[in-house]
Amino acid sequence: MTALSRLAADNVTVGYDHRVISRELSVEIPDGSFTVIVGPNACGKSTLLRALSRLIAPSEGRIVLDGRPIASYKSKEVARILGLLPQTSLSPDGITVADLVARGRHPHQSFMRQWSTADEAAVLSAMDATGVTPLSGRLVDELSGGQRQRVWVAMVLAQQTPLMLLDEPTTFLDIAHQIDLMELFTDLNEQGSTLVAVLHDLNQAARYGTHLIAMKDGAVVAQGAPSEIVTAELVEEVFGLRCVVVPDPVTGTPSVTPIGRERSRVLRA
Amino acid sequence: MTTSTLETPTRVDFGARTVVLRVGPFSQRFPLRTLLVSLALLVSTLAVSVAALCLGDLPLSVPEVVSALLGQQSGIVETVVVEWRAPRVLAAAVFGAALGVSGAVFQSMTRNPLASPDIIGLSAGSYAGGLFVIIVLGGGPLLIAAGALVGGLAAAALVYVLAYRKGVQGFRLIIVGIAISAMLSSVSTYLVLRAKLEEALTATIWGAGSLNPVGWSQFLPSLVVIVVTFAILSALVVPMRQLELGDDAASSLGSRVEGARLGLVLCGVALTAVVTAAAGPIAFVALAAPQIARRLTRSAGVTLIPSALLGALALSASDIIAQHALPVTMPVGLVTVVIGGGYLVWLLIHETRRRP
Repeated sequence: MTALSRLAADNVTVGYDHRVISRELSVEIPDGSFTVIVGPNACGKSTLLRALSRLIAPSEGRIVLDGRPIASYKSKEVARILGLLPQTSLSPDGITVADLVARGRHPHQSFMRQWSTADEAAVLSAMDATGVTPLSGRLVDELSGGQRQRVWVAMVLAQQTPLMLLDEPTTFLDIAHQIDLMELFTDLNEQGSTLVAVLHDLNQAARYGTHLIAMKDGAVVAQGAPSEIVTAELVEEVFGLRCVVVPDPVTGTPSVTPIGRERSRVLRA
Repeated sequence: MTTSTLETPTRVDFGARTVVLRVGPFSQRFPLRTLLVSLALLVSTLAVSVAALCLGDLPLSVPEVVSALLGQQSGIVETVVVEWRAPRVLAAAVFGAALGVSGAVFQSMTRNPLASPDIIGLSAGSYAGGLFVIIVLGGGPLLIAAGALVGGLAAAALVYVLAYRKGVQGFRLIIVGIAISAMLSSVSTYLVLRAKLEEALTATIWGAGSLNPVGWSQFLPSLVVIVVTFAILSALVVPMRQLELGDDAASSLGSRVEGARLGLVLCGVALTAVVTAAAGPIAFVALAAPQIARRLTRSAGVTLIPSALLGALALSASDIIAQHALPVTMPVGLVTVVIGGGYLVWLLIHETRRRP
């Protein structure tokens, strides 16, 4: 696979307050992929995503965006190429859906140009793509968790970036809304966006991701197409969890079933 | 609306009527309600200001005041209107606007309606600085102003440094600010206690916050600082709104988070410090104006222009009350404390009910 890559981590050492999370880590995001980063808690997957989105600066090495170190770009330049759906989001009291989505246009605006026809068109199509157009004039505070997350996705879409990073986008949603959102991401990916998501659910990662990066203790253990790399051995190595991997009955992608302590009622019966 | 909902709309529905202006490369949108509220506040402030120019020991009619302002009067009427009343009336409006904006900046940054310069230590710093000059150095009005400015800036710097941990986060800023406020007020109390009676009297009068001593020579330097700060803020309005989305979102949307925040803090501090320097600590305008403006405009978060106009109206009206409501003239700081204190009680009850 000759993976072209617009975004890559080149030998980066990243961490917080002198606590190193990952040392000399190199990762390439294949262009056009839906890359999913998986791994146990505190394995450094969110840290990697934050480094890729320039929220934290690596102490060594560099993040490369379109052939140039990301630190050499202006903030707004990066924001026109790279969008981020943050893990925690805040919205000002009393903001409406359309107003929040419109704030995604910031990298395309200037002091004089605050609401161009291009801004309006981008906001309309972002709300349309995420199905939040009927909520347009509603207050964000009044929405359900699933609706609110869609609005945030719409905000990132309005940014109109070819690359989108998603930090645990489904964590606080119920299963139906999780699937709903993952399918939206798949649609966006098929329409040409390169996506990088941090996910907890291995089965969803294998089902919707086109490229998987498995991390443990700050290092990449395996990467590649889910059907090639998701095995019982890998899951045991990365998560320390004994499991069986069977084809997903719907999609045929690898599906992980934990063995646990074999106390299930079915087995005892 | 009879059109099919399946059609994609061509205009974004913001939930409230929005005015869109597009001329050449210039484009902007304003919620209609914000425009109308701002206009109403502006007209009210003008009306209150004209009333303030008419009222006093020498009552004047509106035509007399207007002609005096146009330079068509001479003698006592001209002196009273142009030399005595006008600087004070303008100062009330401009200082009120500065306090309203200062409060809005801090409340936006901290996402907390309680965060105002009064609460996070700036006013206490300015007060202590002014007292130090009056009591220890025995300085006159100009030195008092300088002391208040330095005190406010020093307190702000101290709060900022103590609250700084890889960036400044709102809640920590408030807590540190309250602590510094408490310490500074004990310093102030100590200063007053060791003062001579005469100095203590000067300190108390200044410390109550009054527009009484404000003439053109005190007002114009403050005006320059306030206008420059407003100009800088106009470039920081957009980053300020983006910061309300959280640091990660603001940063990934292309704002330089820490740079913008430092600029906002400096502007907020400068506005409060310059007003305190000229008129003494005037409490609660910065706290209440942004929140009342937000409720009137139903805007998303606090907004600067309505906060400025509401601050202007509040301080102008308070100063009329301070001068003319009772047989004796009171310092305007006393009026804002009474009105604002009531507001603070309401806010605390409202906030605790909303977030149990």
